[in-house]
Amino acid sequence: MDVDMLEAGKQGQAPRATQRRPDAQATAPSVSVAIAGSGGSGVMTAGTLLLDAAAKAGYYGLMVRTSGPQIRGGEAAALVRLAQAPVASLTDSFDLLIAIDWQNVNRFADEIALGGSSVMIGDADSGDAPDVFKATGARYVALPLKKTVKAIPGSWINMFALGLAGALAGLPRNALADAVRASWKRADSALQANLAAVAAGIESAAEIAGVPVLAAPRARSSARWLLSGNEAAGFGAVRGGIRFVAAYPITPATEMLEWLAPALAKVGGTLLQAEDELASVNMIIGASYGGVPSLTATAGPGLALMTEGIGLAVAAEVPIVVVDVMRGGPSTGIPAKSEQSDLSFAVGGLHGDAPRLVLAPTSIADCLATTQWAVHLAEALQAPAIVLSDQFMGQSRAIVDRPAYAEWTARRLTAAANVPDYKRYRDTESGVSPMAIPGTPGVVYTADGLTHSEGGIPSSQSRDHRLQLDKRLRKLVDHDYGDAWADVEGDGDAAVITFGSATPPVREALTRVAEQGVAVRLVALRLIAPLSPERLARALTGVSRVLVVEQNHGAQLYRYLRGIVDLPKAASFHRPGPLPLRPGELCTAILEWSRA
Amino acid sequence: MTNVKLAGPDFTAEVTPRTLAELMAVALEMESEAAQRYAEFADAMETHNNLEVAALFRKMANIETGHVQAIMSEMGWREAPPSRGFGAAVFEGPETPRLEDVHYLMQPYHALTIALACEERAEQFYAQLASTVDVESVREAARVLQNEEREHVELIRVWMSKVEKPADDWFVDPDPPRYTD
Amino acid sequence: MNDAATCAPRTAQAYKSSYKPIWCPGCGDYSVLSSVTKALAKVGEPPENVAVVSGIGCSSRIPAYTNCYGFHGVHGRSLAAATGLKVARPDLTVLVASGDGDGYSIGGNHFLHACRRNVDLTYIVMDNHVYGMTKGQPSPTTEPDWDSKLSPGGTGLRVFHPLVIALAAGANFIARAFSGDPNGTADILAQAIRHPGFSFVEILSPCVTFRPEQRDWKDQARPAPVAPTDDPARAARRLMSDDGFNIGVLFEGNRPVCPIGPAKPTCTAEDLAQEFAL
Repeated sequence: MDVDMLEAGKQGQAPRATQRRPDAQATAPSVSVAIAGSGGSGVMTAGTLLLDAAAKAGYYGLMVRTSGPQIRGGEAAALVRLAQAPVASLTDSFDLLIAIDWQNVNRFADEIALGGSSVMIGDADSGDAPDVFKATGARYVALPLKKTVKAIPGSWINMFALGLAGALAGLPRNALADAVRASWKRADSALQANLAAVAAGIESAAEIAGVPVLAAPRARSSARWLLSGNEAAGFGAVRGGIRFVAAYPITPATEMLEWLAPALAKVGGTLLQAEDELASVNMIIGASYGGVPSLTATAGPGLALMTEGIGLAVAAEVPIVVVDVMRGGPSTGIPAKSEQSDLSFAVGGLHGDAPRLVLAPTSIADCLATTQWAVHLAEALQAPAIVLSDQFMGQSRAIVDRPAYAEWTARRLTAAANVPDYKRYRDTESGVSPMAIPGTPGVVYTADGLTHSEGGIPSSQSRDHRLQLDKRLRKLVDHDYGDAWADVEGDGDAAVITFGSATPPVREALTRVAEQGVAVRLVALRLIAPLSPERLARALTGVSRVLVVEQNHGAQLYRYLRGIVDLPKAASFHRPGPLPLRPGELCTAILEWSRA
Repeated sequence: MTNVKLAGPDFTAEVTPRTLAELMAVALEMESEAAQRYAEFADAMETHNNLEVAALFRKMANIETGHVQAIMSEMGWREAPPSRGFGAAVFEGPETPRLEDVHYLMQPYHALTIALACEERAEQFYAQLASTVDVESVREAARVLQNEEREHVELIRVWMSKVEKPADDWFVDPDPPRYTD
Repeated sequence: MNDAATCAPRTAQAYKSSYKPIWCPGCGDYSVLSSVTKALAKVGEPPENVAVVSGIGCSSRIPAYTNCYGFHGVHGRSLAAATGLKVARPDLTVLVASGDGDGYSIGGNHFLHACRRNVDLTYIVMDNHVYGMTKGQPSPTTEPDWDSKLSPGGTGLRVFHPLVIALAAGANFIARAFSGDPNGTADILAQAIRHPGFSFVEILSPCVTFRPEQRDWKDQARPAPVAPTDDPARAARRLMSDDGFNIGVLFEGNRPVCPIGPAKPTCTAEDLAQEFAL
């Protein structure tokens, strides 16, 4: 106990601004906090501010939201992980759960995993913690949450929770206050009341032991950003050169569109809300045919509607980018939860032989670079690119190192005016033929989804069909993608192959596995299609067995890879959403597999 | 969203019961419609974790159901008579709480405000009937019903005096709406 | 169908399931649910003979809250699914539930063709001039100056007039109702269900969360000043000058109902092989 602080409090003085709570607390490189509550308790705002405060204090972290089915007022929880070093996923369990009330919070029991060393804080007047949480062995502390807040007129309970959570995690008081000030949009009197509530939360934290405190932040060499995967993808698109978006709102992609609408306007682009996804994909094909790099964002059900359009883009060689923010499937599925179950569909779901680009960012921050790269590749190769993001990355916010600037921009090979004997679909060595942009004299052509001759005239001749199929495949397969196709890390005769949001928990698992003396290589794919068997084989040099890890029910990546390349002694770890893959379960699975 | 402004028409009774049975049928329909609406409110509040208000609405629903049963037993009815409506100028019965008056963050005081308005409208309705209907027995009965509603009004006022008044920012939710589909 | 021996008159309660709606308190859809159950009670079909088909959105949640057979399909395709169901099973009473986004945006094409086919369906659109479930984007009936994140400053586009479109496309019964008038709505729905052919009922149903200003609708909605007509030209003049708040049955047509459906068999499957025999 910090006696000075208590004494000072009793005498009515402000306690010393302690940076850290009593030295009985262990420090940790990462602390995970969940704040849950219902009906206006403002837990999402508390979580957001907690992350903001951590950012101001020099930490990294991420926040995931979860809620019941109600649109307002239902049960909700903010899941926050704070850390010294960048983190891109949640970890196995939470150190702290603050329940402003317990209404239906048991719904989140699977997501908010607690253990014997966890601490739960609830309102003393709100009844006991639900059995499912008590059964974990977590220690329960009852505080007079509502009563305390009531004693500070005009204050909100989520601000108290913010102070409590922040102090328990070891965030400095001024960072918490600054975060609240920076976000404040209402009357100043209310601000003061809520700062007092934050302070009261901090006071209460002093009496609670058992929550690890964050180790001091490390000195940083680069600037940091705070953003969501959807925002990152939107920015990556604009950076890559996208200037036209047509889209239809769908969970969990809508925020990307909401970010793009004003952003595009600022850079001279346009966002158009279409009547449906059939319209969206055809609109962006039209705009791209007109020479403007174009993109849409959707989720599984929307992607399903877009397939005919994507096929048209393949056949007519019109570049488009379709971001699929994957969610629980199939059909309407679980709209607000994440899953990696659209992979098979993205690589195979078009009729006819229709090669296309499929990319997948490996983290929230990577949504920026991968989307930007997708724009560049789609434009360079005059083909559709599907970017497989997902709800976890799309809707979670993270503090990341400022992403490095990449040179990828839209650079389409266009036809000059009055080229003699211009043929839009002329066979070339690379497979890419110059595209005439409307307004350019002397090179007019008609784009077509019908199989066509080199000049673009519809044809049912076998020579034309064969030539165009070869051309469209060759342009993708022969392109030099450089090293960005995958992140290959580490060594060992065993390798884990994964993609998307599974990558961060796999990385963490491999760190733990390495601590146990087992060396496992990681291959995190960024370019899913086309996939070069040679490059993959080279990445697996010296590897005698492979474990493919993914978050879906059908082992989609595993089956896809096995269809393309002979993997040495391949095994699969796969399970569907809605729960995210956790480092602990992966570590166990990898160790078991490596010893088998 | 500002403070709850109660909905409610300037109610005019176009329904003219000419017999005691007709009057009681109207009364029954009023209580019945109110009971159903209070029950719906209770369900909606439960789903949105506003348990205190849910319990209050549940209580109101039970009270109204009690009135329904009382009328049925007094009149010897086993089934409710067919609906007569309340006239073309108004959409719902005078005692029915208005759908737009609820809010997921509402507090017991608001719920009682709504109930009070319902009982006051009901009282007004019977008062109007009592002064316009030209059948003496029906007028008498309407006055009795009016007095009963008056009592309800008083009961609710007393109840309200014991309940905390909400703060000015009762409706503020720091969190934005969510999407679920 | 209404066999006195098997169906005693049912109350509206008999058509309600035990699932509690997740709609925001104050949502007009609660009242619509109540009106639908009252209407079904009036019509008297046993709940198992009624199917409620919907798409995606807040209003499309309604099937599970009724005690009838329900089909919660994909976004915008409720009319297509309902058409298939009714044509294959003409004995069922089929209701279709949708919202202004689901029904008029992505569902727009199917709307045109459902009206044209005039299959005996009752199409209920809960119109709140917004996409509620995806957090507040403009729908085809949203006012042109309504500010939203996807269309900052407003879309600037003319609103969609679904009643006019329905008339032009061939619907046989066109009405507007208001969730603030549950009994009136129940009456309109009962008429719509009984009327042959495609019955379209647009129900103004305020969204308390994204359009709280729609509380004023109860002051704007009023009974239509004219009786329903069966003359499409007269109805067209009325609907083209309608301000969106006239409540009542506006068109009750006599258009021929969709003739597509199972015919009486005239031979067996095997008989069909006769044409191949040499």
